[in-house]
Amino acid sequence: MTTPRPTEGTATAGETTTRPTDWPLWEVFVRSRRGLSHTHAGSLHAPDAEMALRNARDLYTRRSEGVSIWVVPSTQVTASSPDEKDSFFEPAGDKPYRHPTFYEIPDGVHHL
Amino acid sequence: MINVTATPALPLGDDALILSHRLGEWAGHAPVLEEEVALANIALDLLGQARVLLSLAGDEDELAYLREERQFRNLQLVEQPNGDFAHTIARQLYFSTYQELLFEHLAAGESELAPLAGKAVKEVAYHRDHAEQWTIRLGDGTDESHTRMQRALDTLWGFTGEMFEPVDGLEAVSWATLHDAWTTRVTAILGQATLTIPEGPQRGAWTAGAGRQGIHTEPFGRLLAEMQHLHRSHPGATW
Repeated sequence: MTTPRPTEGTATAGETTTRPTDWPLWEVFVRSRRGLSHTHAGSLHAPDAEMALRNARDLYTRRSEGVSIWVVPSTQVTASSPDEKDSFFEPAGDKPYRHPTFYEIPDGVHHL
Repeated sequence: MINVTATPALPLGDDALILSHRLGEWAGHAPVLEEEVALANIALDLLGQARVLLSLAGDEDELAYLREERQFRNLQLVEQPNGDFAHTIARQLYFSTYQELLFEHLAAGESELAPLAGKAVKEVAYHRDHAEQWTIRLGDGTDESHTRMQRALDTLWGFTGEMFEPVDGLEAVSWATLHDAWTTRVTAILGQATLTIPEGPQRGAWTAGAGRQGIHTEPFGRLLAEMQHLHRSHPGATW
């Protein structure tokens, strides 16, 4: 009797039953180093949050880009509408006094 | 004639090299893009380990590309074909759990392998976690994924005994203790995954237990042919 072993060449066979599009989309936020906030890095598909976190680690931090990752279901993101762009953002355009341009920024403070 | 220093770095380096090549075969074939990147990352970690380890035994390129089948000292487990995704995950679970335990032990020692083991153990912990996460999801997933995962675990079980055979030069390792720790970890994960730990001998009727002596299974020849043909066809080629 020989030892059973997996056959070669079946790598692509039978993989068609689950479409990757069945997996939800996740938004990935990466903190590049301590002191900075998490920044949107991109999105990916994953079956659940734990796997999304691992996929994010492989996709977005493999060149030492991060020290912390958040993943958020894309469906949980509420986005502003492009149609409301004017009422949302334009009123801030002519109010320079809201910008902290009148302060001296001390040397050595990089992320203000 | 290839110069080979007698060192345990050779069998451990061969494990990493051959498994790296197997995982690399998924490139372009993985079920989803995200998983393809994950497998390629693991393959690259292993290739990095192989380069350091084989360099301790001789010239890394000569050792990888110019040895004959009988001169390789890798476990038969790591040369087994990828099969379906469940087979790849079962192979990863069995091997990564073993490799992590072994490297933890080596990292705490004084041998020439300690620095590499200390660095690699963090990589391997992630490989093991990746395999565990998938084992749990496939085992506790659909009927189809459960059946395939159990079949893969059963199929590869006969290649697990060889991992705990003593390796020349690693006399300080307690292989029985390693085996117990391995069984405990794998059993716990399979329980969580609603899978059954396979029964029966952890070696095949005629093949298993011999990879470390240079006896390999049939698929290994084809793997080597693919891995070595470019270097053998164009010696010294660069790009």
